[in-house]
Amino acid sequence: MSVKKYIHSPAKLNRRTFLKAAGLTSSAAFFSACVSKEAREAFFQKDFRSLSRDEIARILKRLEAQYTRQYGKPFSVSAKEPIADTFFGYGLDISRCIGCRKCVYACVQENNQSRDPQIHYITVLEMEKETGIDFMHADMYYDHEEVPYEGHFYLPVACQQCKNPPCVKSCPVGATWSEPDGIVVVDYDWCIGCRTCMAACPYGARQFNWGKPHLPAEDANPDTHFLGNRPRSKGVVEKCTFCIQRVREGRYPACVEVCPVGARKFGNLLDEESEIRYILENKRVLILKEELNTQPKFYYFYGT
Amino acid sequence: MKRSRSKPYFNAHALVLVFSSILFLGGYQSIVSGKMSRQTGNEQNEIQIPPPPLSDGIFPCSECHAEMEPNLERRELEEFHDDIVLKHDEKNRWCMDCHDAQNRDMLHSASGELIDFKESYKLCGQCHGPKLRDWKAGIHGRRIGYWNGQKEYLLCAHCHDPHSPKYKKMKPEPPPQKPGKIK
Repeated sequence: MSVKKYIHSPAKLNRRTFLKAAGLTSSAAFFSACVSKEAREAFFQKDFRSLSRDEIARILKRLEAQYTRQYGKPFSVSAKEPIADTFFGYGLDISRCIGCRKCVYACVQENNQSRDPQIHYITVLEMEKETGIDFMHADMYYDHEEVPYEGHFYLPVACQQCKNPPCVKSCPVGATWSEPDGIVVVDYDWCIGCRTCMAACPYGARQFNWGKPHLPAEDANPDTHFLGNRPRSKGVVEKCTFCIQRVREGRYPACVEVCPVGARKFGNLLDEESEIRYILENKRVLILKEELNTQPKFYYFYGT
Repeated sequence: MKRSRSKPYFNAHALVLVFSSILFLGGYQSIVSGKMSRQTGNEQNEIQIPPPPLSDGIFPCSECHAEMEPNLERRELEEFHDDIVLKHDEKNRWCMDCHDAQNRDMLHSASGELIDFKESYKLCGQCHGPKLRDWKAGIHGRRIGYWNGQKEYLLCAHCHDPHSPKYKKMKPEPPPQKPGKIK
C-alpha cells in the first residue's frame, strides 16, 4: 500500500486508528477511575500565563494542601502580582565583598533549594587582584581558613535578570518569561526539562534538578510563591527570582539582608530616590558580558 | 564595678539598652536623631538606629571617671583599658581626640561640640565624609527590612570597631560540591 493511499483513507478502521481510539478510551477510563481529582487537575494544568484568577486560586489551594501534607507544617503558596511601577535592579559592591559565602546559604535556606543533590543559585568567584575580572581563571571552590584571601577579590554571580534574556528566547515551550517588574521566572509545572535555557544563559545562572530534590522538612521555608521558592520536582530548571516571595511584599532579598559587609543593594529602578538609582548615578558601575546585549539589571559597582 | 576584660567599648552595655529596645518594638525603634534625607540634609526622614554597641558594664563612663582628674597627657594605658589596641591613625591620635575629657559620657567633634554615643556617625563623618554621605543614602552599610519602606540604619560602630576599624577576616562557608559528587 502506498503512503499516499494510506493518508487518503482516514475513514477506514485500520490498525492505527483502532489503537488510537483504544488508547484514548482506556487512558480516559484510567484517569477517571483510578486517579484522584487532584492528580487529574495537576496533569491537565495549563501554563501559568493562560490561567484565570479562579484557576490560579484553585491551584494554589491544591499546592498548599499538598506541601502541608508533604512537609508536616502549614505552607502558604502565593501568586502575588507585581507591585505597580516597579522594575527591580540589583547592586553588588565588588570593593566590599569578602567572599564569605553567607549569601549562598541564606539563598538556599530562603528558596527551598535541594540540599542533596546540592543546588546553589549564587556562585562566588575568587579572582586575582592583579589580573582583574577574568572568568577563565576564576576559582569557585576556594576554601581558605580566612577570607578575604591575600591578593584576591570576589565576584558573586547569580541570575543577572536580563532585560533581553537569552534563556527566555530559547525556551521551546514558553515556560520561562520576564514578569512586568523585571524578574525572570520559571513555571516549574510547564518546564519540560530540556535545559535549552541553561545552554543559552551566558552566566551559568540556571540550575537543573538532575535528581529528586531533597529538602528536609525542618529546613523548608513555608512562605512561598508559585513562581519562586515553592518546592520543585525532579527534571525542572530553576533560578534566582530576586526572592520574588519577599520583594513583592516590599522586603529585601535574603542575600541582601544576610551580607555582613553590606555589599548587596536592591531597589526599584523607576524610583529616583531608590538606593539602586543612587548607585547608578554616583558610582562606577559595570555589567557582566555587556557585549552580548543581554542588558542585565544586576549592576556591579565600586563603592569606594 | 566589675571591669570587662575584652574590648570595652564594644561589648555592649547591652542589658539595659537591649531591654529598653525590646520594649520599643523588636529592638529597632529606639533612637531618633536629627532629621535628614539621603543626599541633601533636607528635613524629611528620621534616621533610626539601634542602640550603640557599648561594652558590657562600661557605660556610663562617668561612674568611674567622675572621681578622677582627667589626665590629658598622651601615654600608654596600663591600669585600665589596656586591652584596647588603637589601630586607627594611631600615630596622630589618641583617646581624647574623640572621647570628651570633661563630660566622660560623651564624644566630641574636632570643633569641641559634644556628640552622644547614639550619634557617633557624626564624629566618624568628620574624616569619612564620602562614607557618611553614602551611608545616609543607604549605599554604605548593611541593608535590612524593606526596599520600599523606611530605611533602617546601623551605626558605624556596629560593624567597625572604632579603635580598630578594618573589617575583620572570617571563615568562609563551605565551597559548593564538585559536579562529580552529584548523585
